[in-house]
Amino acid sequence: MEEKKLELVDFAVTARKYKTLLTIKYANRKPYEAPNPFEIRSHIPGTIVKFMVKEGDRVKEGEVLLILEAMKMMNKVLMPYDGKVTKIMVAEGQRVPKNHLIVEISE
Amino acid sequence: MSLKKHILDLRKRREKVQLGGGEKAIEKQMAMGKMTARSRILALLDNDSFTEYDLFVEHEARDFGMDKKELHGDGVIIGTGTIYGAPVAIFAQDFTVAGGSLGLMHARKITKIMDHALKMRMPLIGINDSGGARIQEGVNSLAGYGEIFYRNTIASGVIPQISVILGPCAGGAVYSPALTDFVFMVDQISKMFITGPSVIKTVLGEEISMEELGGARVHAEITGNAHFFASSELECFEQIKKLISFIPWNNTQKAKVFPPKEPKFNGKIEDIIPSDPKQPYDVRDVIKAIVDDSDFFEIQEFFAPNIVIGFGRMNGQTTGFVANQPLVLAGVLDCDSSDKAARFIRYCNAFNIPIITLEDMPGYLPGVDQEHAGVIRHGAKVLYAYSEASVPKITVILRKAYGGGYIAMNSRHLGADFMFAWPTAEIAVMGPEGAANIIFKKEIEEAEDPDKMREVKVQEYIERFANPYVAAAKGYIDSVIEPEETRKLLLHAIEVSSNKIDQRPFKKHGIPPF
Repeated sequence: MEEKKLELVDFAVTARKYKTLLTIKYANRKPYEAPNPFEIRSHIPGTIVKFMVKEGDRVKEGEVLLILEAMKMMNKVLMPYDGKVTKIMVAEGQRVPKNHLIVEISE
Repeated sequence: MSLKKHILDLRKRREKVQLGGGEKAIEKQMAMGKMTARSRILALLDNDSFTEYDLFVEHEARDFGMDKKELHGDGVIIGTGTIYGAPVAIFAQDFTVAGGSLGLMHARKITKIMDHALKMRMPLIGINDSGGARIQEGVNSLAGYGEIFYRNTIASGVIPQISVILGPCAGGAVYSPALTDFVFMVDQISKMFITGPSVIKTVLGEEISMEELGGARVHAEITGNAHFFASSELECFEQIKKLISFIPWNNTQKAKVFPPKEPKFNGKIEDIIPSDPKQPYDVRDVIKAIVDDSDFFEIQEFFAPNIVIGFGRMNGQTTGFVANQPLVLAGVLDCDSSDKAARFIRYCNAFNIPIITLEDMPGYLPGVDQEHAGVIRHGAKVLYAYSEASVPKITVILRKAYGGGYIAMNSRHLGADFMFAWPTAEIAVMGPEGAANIIFKKEIEEAEDPDKMREVKVQEYIERFANPYVAAAKGYIDSVIEPEETRKLLLHAIEVSSNKIDQRPFKKHGIPPF
């Protein structure tokens, strides 16, 4: 297999930097993003079947926001805390990948 | 009726069945760039050594018009033979017969040869080339897979099990190779996945080719499912033969001993290592400078290359090598490299192969992704595997041995039998810069020129701790050695530990952090 490695780079492990190669897997890793409490994202790829709320609705913790069909299962997506539906980002019938922004909410 | 007639009849039957799915299907197989199941077995085994069983087995399916179909050998060839004189049991799925699909009798042939291999305590080689479960046979084919997995597990650690993926191997079928010791894959030919591109597209809308999803490169480089990558089937068979030459036939034996050979390395071993500890080098050069004939057989070369594992011979005796690779990611331990090393250590232990560890590592890979991926439980596997291993365990610290990495890489504290260190070894809780920043925080902060003070303090720390003598003074290191002495001392260590007995308390099995 041909070497698909990059050039020697400075690589910090604790306080010291080492000259070394990176692996493709390391170079392609996604930087960490803190979860945003005002966003509802798809936890699994699937299809948005139905919204049970509309923009502007006040919703109680644990109420169903929408149905996300995935893996032959109708998954209920629940409101994480008492709050308001600010914006709906996708349409019914739309297929969404994992971690796709579906609804914006606020307290 | 003369006997001759019966014999001719047998020959005719054989000839017909040996064609598998017939000439047309064979042509199709060749057009895909693939060898037939039979030619694969013959290419892999010693000449004239293959003996086939169950040639005349027919399938059992009765539904969906299957009763009218003839499936020769039910799509799999089984038998025994030899590789360099070593006995092996082998099965090869025949893609020309109903796409090599697995039905009841197909599975029964495979489990028969597996039982045979286990009973006769010989290695098992499985060549996978199958479209998957034979859907017409329903739960019978699922039962077949389950019975294969069960035998894989029972035989694990008793006989060597080798899987060769030479075509598709999808769905449940992938778990048999995953349970075996070594998986061989060939570029553009091997495909392995749980759910294929078409399902992924229908369900998720993600588009990907078979090769990108589960080709040999992906499994050799990203998933680590493949241990060996080849560009052709013949190259793959050479790799299998070479592996067979390094491993014992079963867990009660030792690998065959070859005539000792000096390494083909002229020059000084210390010249491989740069004097600046921040500069990299290829640790495989060090291994090649140590092993017989400079012949190092690397395993999982492309997966987690920050650790190097593989077999070499020391005075003709198979030895497992585990070495940090400063050339890649500075040789850190992370989730993948921990998994890779731990499984190899357990393989060596199961099959009575001594382990030599070459250490030069700055610690564990920092980062949120690593922590969240579970570097704690993955890293723990290395500690577990080394501590658990009762084969001779020898460590040579080449340069850095910092913190948890020092403990993990077969330290004295985990039961190493021999601890050698080069004079360049730095055994410390962390690198000098980090340590000086903590220990001399106050002095550095209060100094008129903090940078200069830091430098002075780093130097102080290096002189005090960044050497092997503090550890040697406590007996944690047996011997500080000159690099040139390494091979001689390793040979000695292996020689004197050939009767090692390390009794452990009885248990059904441990609970390693899988």
